[in-house]
Amino acid sequence: MNRIKIKSPLDLEKLRQAILAKTDSQKTHVAICAGTGCLALGAREVITAFKEELKKRGLENEVEIRETGCPGFCEKGTIVVSYPEGIYYLQVQPGDVQEIVEKTLVEKEIVERLLYTDPVTNEKAIPEDEIPFYKHQMRLLIGNNIKIDPKNIEDYIALGGYNAVAKALSEMTPVEVIEEIKRANLRGRGGGGFPAGRKWETTRNAPGEPKYVIVNCDEGDPGAFMDRALMEGNPHSVIEGLIIGAYATGSHDGFIYVREEYPLAVENTSIALEQAREYGLLGRDIMGSGFDFDVKIFRGAGAFVSGESSALMSSLEGKVGAPQPKYTHTSIKGLWNKPTNLNNVETWANVPLIINKGADWFTSIGTEESKGTKIFSLVGNVNNTGLVEVPMGITLREIIYNIGGGVRDNKKFKAVQTGGPSGGCIPESLIDTAVDFDELTKLGSMMGSGGMIVMDEDTCMVDVAKYFVDFLVDESCGRCVPCREGLERMSEILSDICEGKGKEGDIELLEELSEVMKDTSLCALGRTAPNPVLTTIHYFKDEYDAHIKEKKCPAHVCKVLIEYYIAGEKCTGCLACLKACPEGAITGEKEKVHVIATEKCSKCGICYETCKFDAVLIR
Amino acid sequence: MKKMTINGIVAQVEDYWTVLEACRFYGIDIPTLCHHEGLSPGGICRLCIVEIGKGKRAKLVTSCNYPVEDGLVVRTHSERVIRARKMLVELLLARCPGSKTLQDLAAKMGVQRVRFKVKNENCILCGLCVRMCAEQMDAKAISFAGHGINRRVTPPFDIKSDVCRNCGACMYICPVCQLRCQGPEPPNVVCGACMNVEPVCLQDNEDVMCYLDTCGWCFKVKPSSLKKSGYGKEKIEEG
Repeated sequence: MNRIKIKSPLDLEKLRQAILAKTDSQKTHVAICAGTGCLALGAREVITAFKEELKKRGLENEVEIRETGCPGFCEKGTIVVSYPEGIYYLQVQPGDVQEIVEKTLVEKEIVERLLYTDPVTNEKAIPEDEIPFYKHQMRLLIGNNIKIDPKNIEDYIALGGYNAVAKALSEMTPVEVIEEIKRANLRGRGGGGFPAGRKWETTRNAPGEPKYVIVNCDEGDPGAFMDRALMEGNPHSVIEGLIIGAYATGSHDGFIYVREEYPLAVENTSIALEQAREYGLLGRDIMGSGFDFDVKIFRGAGAFVSGESSALMSSLEGKVGAPQPKYTHTSIKGLWNKPTNLNNVETWANVPLIINKGADWFTSIGTEESKGTKIFSLVGNVNNTGLVEVPMGITLREIIYNIGGGVRDNKKFKAVQTGGPSGGCIPESLIDTAVDFDELTKLGSMMGSGGMIVMDEDTCMVDVAKYFVDFLVDESCGRCVPCREGLERMSEILSDICEGKGKEGDIELLEELSEVMKDTSLCALGRTAPNPVLTTIHYFKDEYDAHIKEKKCPAHVCKVLIEYYIAGEKCTGCLACLKACPEGAITGEKEKVHVIATEKCSKCGICYETCKFDAVLIR
Repeated sequence: MKKMTINGIVAQVEDYWTVLEACRFYGIDIPTLCHHEGLSPGGICRLCIVEIGKGKRAKLVTSCNYPVEDGLVVRTHSERVIRARKMLVELLLARCPGSKTLQDLAAKMGVQRVRFKVKNENCILCGLCVRMCAEQMDAKAISFAGHGINRRVTPPFDIKSDVCRNCGACMYICPVCQLRCQGPEPPNVVCGACMNVEPVCLQDNEDVMCYLDTCGWCFKVKPSSLKKSGYGKEKIEEG
């Protein structure tokens, strides 16, 4: 392949011009999301259908098909965008392809039924910025995902990619780069919120050679996938940030730690690295600056705790991925006891933006202490699930109602869980809180890596706490006593409460245990593990009391504490539930009121779902 | 030499010491289960925690692996430390009630009840045997396997290791399984038959001399302070 090696910033600019010259901006092309979410919904079939349809019509050379990364609206996949008009088609099935090609690509008409329809007003939205889900976002990081084929570096370069590297390497000293990042007050997006600039400076000044830089893509929070979307959809933005970080800290070796469960991220990143090497953006003497740097991918063997810095580095060294008992920061003694700078995927992706547009621009977004944007994965009982990128300081209400479209099935909002298993549940009364690192910490929750789980009125908060504690029982490495023993005991107590065996004093014991776990655990997993329990006790104490004292589950979730019964006035005696009951617990005759025998009932809920007259009730 | 403050006393300590070594040099008793002078620090049992820093920034760290530094302010027996240690002993006791070491520790620290379900395990997973085998015997015949609640000490693949020389060092160093508690089997797990000392209390005066051993000063002068925290409750009620 006759690829030009980029030997100077000028070469990069020339290459960009050459790419732009050969692409016709008015040429029709179709962007199809090939992210993991859409692939699961059948994007591969849609892509094949498009290719076949175009071939059939002899349009292969007229229309370009681009397989892009995830634009975030996973709820409505497969997403197909037709350019240059930018028509957004949602929930496209292979069967719709023929119509899209015929109407939109050939006749330049819009297929109305595939557009976004507002669930309330029934209005249709055509381009991205009219869809409410996108309208209220600020998509600095994931906005480019739909415009880029992650397997083609030229797409990224055409959009101004690697400009920041050129600028940093040719115009700035490493110290200036660090100063710029510090001035931008970029805080770690992985959860801790530690200022990245200060971390870089520590690594730079720490004694020892070589130094390392690492991308942490060991994302494991239940329901969180923003790092995956970036790594799959726009790997070059992360690599670009990493090169700048390596230059600033004086490192020549980088690693990208991706979990094995993200095969597409591994594949796209491998291709991206290979292409960056071919173009001379990685390797020796990058852009003629004399700076050498290369990156390896390391596939994590899949433990949640490996996302912790010292555990990640143990894993990279080939040992068991468990946190190390050390009080020296990994930025001073990390990988192989050398200074190592570890940042999250999203933190790295922010770096090129700051270098390109300046710290002043970056600090103009966000709140006093938290700058820039943050990607959240909005999931749970909300209408529009998916990835949302918002400026810091936006309220939870705006995210859930304006972007998320409110709670699903018109149910009542109950709580939102932020920060994954280490975060906490925020109740409705605090939903107007601004989202920033410190505000969420004050409420007993945390930003975490950006998981956001919306819960409706049918959620039992004790059950939620138990879910997260059980998750952590499975994921704790088991090394230190408070985390291993404490979490198991916590799970035992919560199970008892859910099964109606709760005792007076259980809440106090949970609180006492939580304090000790927070104080004494070895790593952040154990130190933050009690957060779901503490916040649910704090904000939903009445539910705990109902479970323990009255042996009732107000949300009707805890099976042991509920009872199905048939309301006599509503029952028509249709025999439907009687026939459906797997336990034979329902007795009755035709057109006479049926009765559920509680002692036989296994509480499977089939009768509740079967009854067409809402006569089966829960108490 | 470095200068630090331990319980209000200005201490001169060697540069390479850990906080635990410094405290022990000054005669302060800090309980440990996973620590041994000849082995690398484990940081597992967390019993050696001490409180450092002041005010809002005060935090608990394990002294066995915390390096000494100039100006460090350490409190070895503050209320927060004692509360955490008692909970840790309670958790360990619920796991291995048959260990005399743990029963003695519970008695010494005034742990009078275990509020968790009893498991009757033999091992507290302190890892002393694993480190002994690897670091002193140079064998690495045993190691940890499994994670979380399934963590256990075992030779690789659960079959007797070829490198094991039957030296017995792992048994020698075990703090828990050798000594069995021969006392009564009480309903609340805590044996208490060997209970012989009053618990320390420093909630009113963080710099008092109790750290040397239990002195009883606070018990004599201010029984109310004991009552508040629940230490030695029964004694007070009796008296």
